[in-house]
Amino acid sequence: MESRNIKESPFRNIDWFTVVIYLLLVIAGAISIYAASYDFDNSSIFDFNEFSGKQIRWVFVSLAVGFILLLIDARMYETYAYPIYVAMVFILVVTIFIAPDIKGSRSWIVLGPISIQPAEFAKFATSLALAKLFSGYNFSLNARGGNYVRALAIIFIPIMLILAQRETGSALAYLALFFVLYREGMSGLILLAAAFAVVIFVVTVKFSETVTMGITTGEFSVFVLIMITMVSMLMVYCRNIMATRNVLVWFVGTGVIATILYWCGVAIPGYWYFGVVIGVASIYCIIELIKTHSKKILITFSTVALSVIFLFSVNYVFNNVLENHQQMRIKVTLGLEQDLRKAGYNVNQSKIAIGSGGFAGKGFLKGTQTKLKYVPEQHTDFIFCTIGEEEGFIGTTTVMLLFILLTLRVISLAERQPSAFGRVYAYCVASIFIFHFCINIGMVIGLCPVIGIPLPFFSYGGSSLLGFTLLLFILLRIDAARRGQSRNF
Amino acid sequence: MRKDYNLEKRKYVIGGFLILIAIIYVVRLYELQIADNRYKEYADINAFLNKTQYPSRGLIYDRNGKLIVYNQPAYDVMMIPRDVKELDTLDFCHTLNLTPDQLRKRLSDMKDKRMNPGYSSYTPQRLISHLSAEDYGRLQEKLYRYPGFFIQKRILRQYAHKTAANVLGNIREVSSNDISRDPYYQSGDYCGDLGVEKSYEQYLRGEKGVEILIRDAHGRIKGRYDNGSKDVAPVSGRNLKLSLDLDLQQYAESLMVNKIGAVVAIEPSTGEILALVSSPTYDPTLLVGRQRGANYAALVNDHEKPLFDRALMGAYPPGSTFKPGQGLILLQENIVNLSTAYPCHHGFISGGLRVGCHSHGSPINLKPALQTSCNAYFCWGFKALVDKRSKYGNPAKAFEVWKNHLVSLGYGYRLGVDLPSEGRGFIPNAKFYNKIYGEGRWSANTIISVSIGQGEILATPLQIANLCATIANRGWFITPHVVKEIEDTVMPSELLEKRIPTIEAHHFNDVAEGMRMAVTGGTCRLANLPDIEVCGKTGTAQNPHGRDHSAFIGFAPYHDPKIAVCVYVENAGFGATFGVPIGSLVIEKYLTGSISPQRKYLEQRMLESNTKIYSGVKKH
Repeated sequence: MESRNIKESPFRNIDWFTVVIYLLLVIAGAISIYAASYDFDNSSIFDFNEFSGKQIRWVFVSLAVGFILLLIDARMYETYAYPIYVAMVFILVVTIFIAPDIKGSRSWIVLGPISIQPAEFAKFATSLALAKLFSGYNFSLNARGGNYVRALAIIFIPIMLILAQRETGSALAYLALFFVLYREGMSGLILLAAAFAVVIFVVTVKFSETVTMGITTGEFSVFVLIMITMVSMLMVYCRNIMATRNVLVWFVGTGVIATILYWCGVAIPGYWYFGVVIGVASIYCIIELIKTHSKKILITFSTVALSVIFLFSVNYVFNNVLENHQQMRIKVTLGLEQDLRKAGYNVNQSKIAIGSGGFAGKGFLKGTQTKLKYVPEQHTDFIFCTIGEEEGFIGTTTVMLLFILLTLRVISLAERQPSAFGRVYAYCVASIFIFHFCINIGMVIGLCPVIGIPLPFFSYGGSSLLGFTLLLFILLRIDAARRGQSRNF
Repeated sequence: MRKDYNLEKRKYVIGGFLILIAIIYVVRLYELQIADNRYKEYADINAFLNKTQYPSRGLIYDRNGKLIVYNQPAYDVMMIPRDVKELDTLDFCHTLNLTPDQLRKRLSDMKDKRMNPGYSSYTPQRLISHLSAEDYGRLQEKLYRYPGFFIQKRILRQYAHKTAANVLGNIREVSSNDISRDPYYQSGDYCGDLGVEKSYEQYLRGEKGVEILIRDAHGRIKGRYDNGSKDVAPVSGRNLKLSLDLDLQQYAESLMVNKIGAVVAIEPSTGEILALVSSPTYDPTLLVGRQRGANYAALVNDHEKPLFDRALMGAYPPGSTFKPGQGLILLQENIVNLSTAYPCHHGFISGGLRVGCHSHGSPINLKPALQTSCNAYFCWGFKALVDKRSKYGNPAKAFEVWKNHLVSLGYGYRLGVDLPSEGRGFIPNAKFYNKIYGEGRWSANTIISVSIGQGEILATPLQIANLCATIANRGWFITPHVVKEIEDTVMPSELLEKRIPTIEAHHFNDVAEGMRMAVTGGTCRLANLPDIEVCGKTGTAQNPHGRDHSAFIGFAPYHDPKIAVCVYVENAGFGATFGVPIGSLVIEKYLTGSISPQRKYLEQRMLESNTKIYSGVKKH
């Protein structure tokens, strides 16, 4: 009987800590939007014609939706995970065709006075589907290759569809789900490889304008980095002392010879030099591989080979795949371009806004940067500026602290879930929060390229607020049901 | 329920990643918000447009309240380079009557950090100054088409009377030196140059105000910051009331036309300068507005040096005008008394030395000596003082005593007039002669010419006039000054204090009497006005340039002096030829307001004569 009671009254088991942080963020968000869109002759925070008024309406909608979500039986989410996902995918497809072109993007469905962005709602659907996949009996990511394919398919279908809507930022957010795969058994090497790829990319692009040994300094540095990686992997990962010694001697020896020749005025072309040096080392690895059949040597060899291939594709990708404005944003972040009028304008003005806030900020509604519209998109993607300008360092760190608390809380909720479904879903939520947090604040303070994604609960926009509310409250409902479930088992 | 505890540890990796990123962000935020102060400035530059409100400069009146200098609005074209977008250069040039080349030149000058050290593309810069009313009207109508440009109202000085340029001075644009010396100034501001415009700059300029406007990202003005509560209203400059008597100044200037020299008239009881003429003078309106630069250069290059204020800076041998001072020192030092007589047989003859004199009775005592301007008397007196070893020990010590008396009478150092660049003249000291002749190797005879205001002695007309005022006052003077009142301000006390020389007051009566005798029956008879008791002393100063300088000091009335005058006309001959007529006309004009009919011929002669022609000075 008791378990029935619990099922019927999820509010007794709800994680109030999360709810409180949620409410704090949402209220702070609405106030920030009011501040960001405040004008001199502007009136009330509740004025429905203004962003803040609209946002407050969306806050109430979100609270109502959250309340309704808590009333739905937790098992419904698991049961209907795939149908919801399929429906969402269908909507995403439809969106591509029926959405009007708004600033080059076709991601908004206009329903009379309101527009919604299905990409924001697809997040919870994708998370549910991924959780459902992992909750299969004895499902293990590494058990069969097919499992990877299914998991990746669930992630990449919405990514492709959202890219087709030309919403690159939103699409990239789904990549955060790789954290979930990692938690569920994917090799950490893949994350490391991704990190290494980012490093290669950054170094190649950042130092692409100076020349060392006939190749760009970026390429030169990456070659050296690859050599260091190769030696380190042989030593730490393969623990093959002989191979480490041989390769190291080879690298250092040829390096010394090349340097001496350089001093003597003989410049060896960079590609030739690194081609020969790394090529010979790789052939040596293959010989070792044939002798030992060591999987680790194979991985080392693959890393080197893929890195070299990646290096050569960076320039191609950068110049041919990325669009002009994306190239500029990356260059601005890497400090290669100033262009304070165009590509660098947002970030520069947003840095000025945040920087001018000082320790305690200029005071509520006293920010000049944001009031006078120096920061574009200040009520949406750049909302963090308003906080930085008006509430200062205290405000920015407090908001960040709230996000970290929320995310860590979600991770701890995840780990206390009795079922794989609940855990995977919770990790999906945490991952998406982490991604939004890192990218949004990173771009506002000039550490990441500008990628147009909102700051959860803060940025103006009903779809975004409602999307994140759905994401979080479904988790709260699943979490609230966990005790009842565990007793039922 | 299966649970892989190995995998559960991965929550630390994910959580740790989040915390690592957060730490990086906090460091970055610390750097942006706390460590680096530049962003605050950038934000202010973005948001606030500080529009300077220029105060109106103080007006200048004469002692009777007649307006001399006032303001007229002028219009400068200002631009904020950063805000200028897509300027239609040709149309702009057409509106302002400029050629594109002129505009380009102006723009590059403006951006030249050497010529315009305050250049910044964020702050208003002056593109063109003093727009004509016509150009202003045309530009005003089209201004909306040129974002980033605006019109700044300025003031130009206007002169109701083209007189007293040396006293008034003028205003000029501040130089980079001015800006670095006084943070009040910004590029394009004006400050006083020469005259009271310079010396009373602090009072005349007022205080600039500022209107703080709020500007949005598109450069649109969104209103006044904090409803204007942080604005500062400009404070108008204080008006000055000069001690100059405009009519007297103009009259004295007219008498000095075609003569080189100076006239200084002082009200003895107050030290107020009634007229301060330096001739040749110039038209103060030349140094106004756009033509200032060219006109200023022409004045600088004029070989007669009109910008050189002879009344304040000219260092002249005082000649016989020195004798009253000499008499005072001799009396004070008890070298002579009123009955002491010295012989004069057409000069002073001593030890093979001869200083010529003209014919008059001999022997002669002090008052007649002043009356007749006897050289011999003052040579003997000086010799008696310097060579009186029984009292002073040696000539050097005696000479120092003599010199100190002169300094107390206002010679040898700047008097402290309230005008810039006053000269100090020259009074040698014993050390000076020691250097020339060797210690103990000189005596009165060696330097006898200083006793009659020649030789090394140099004084400015102002100093000479001040000594005359001191005699008029019978023993004290107030630092001469040209400003009588500063609106709403107390005059600096040093311009009001009595200064008392080291000569006892009763000696002045005797000297004054001698000067009265010079007018009634001596060298200054031309100054003998029918109704006014004038006292005077001529001076005829030898000089190496040409004819003698003609000088005169005088005050009147004898018993209640209202005016003390010094006239100094370069290379014009005897003191009685130009000095006395001009000086007496100035006195008469000031005291009676007109010239009596029987003296009209004198006035006519002075107005028409030209001393430059017969000066004997070689033209350079």
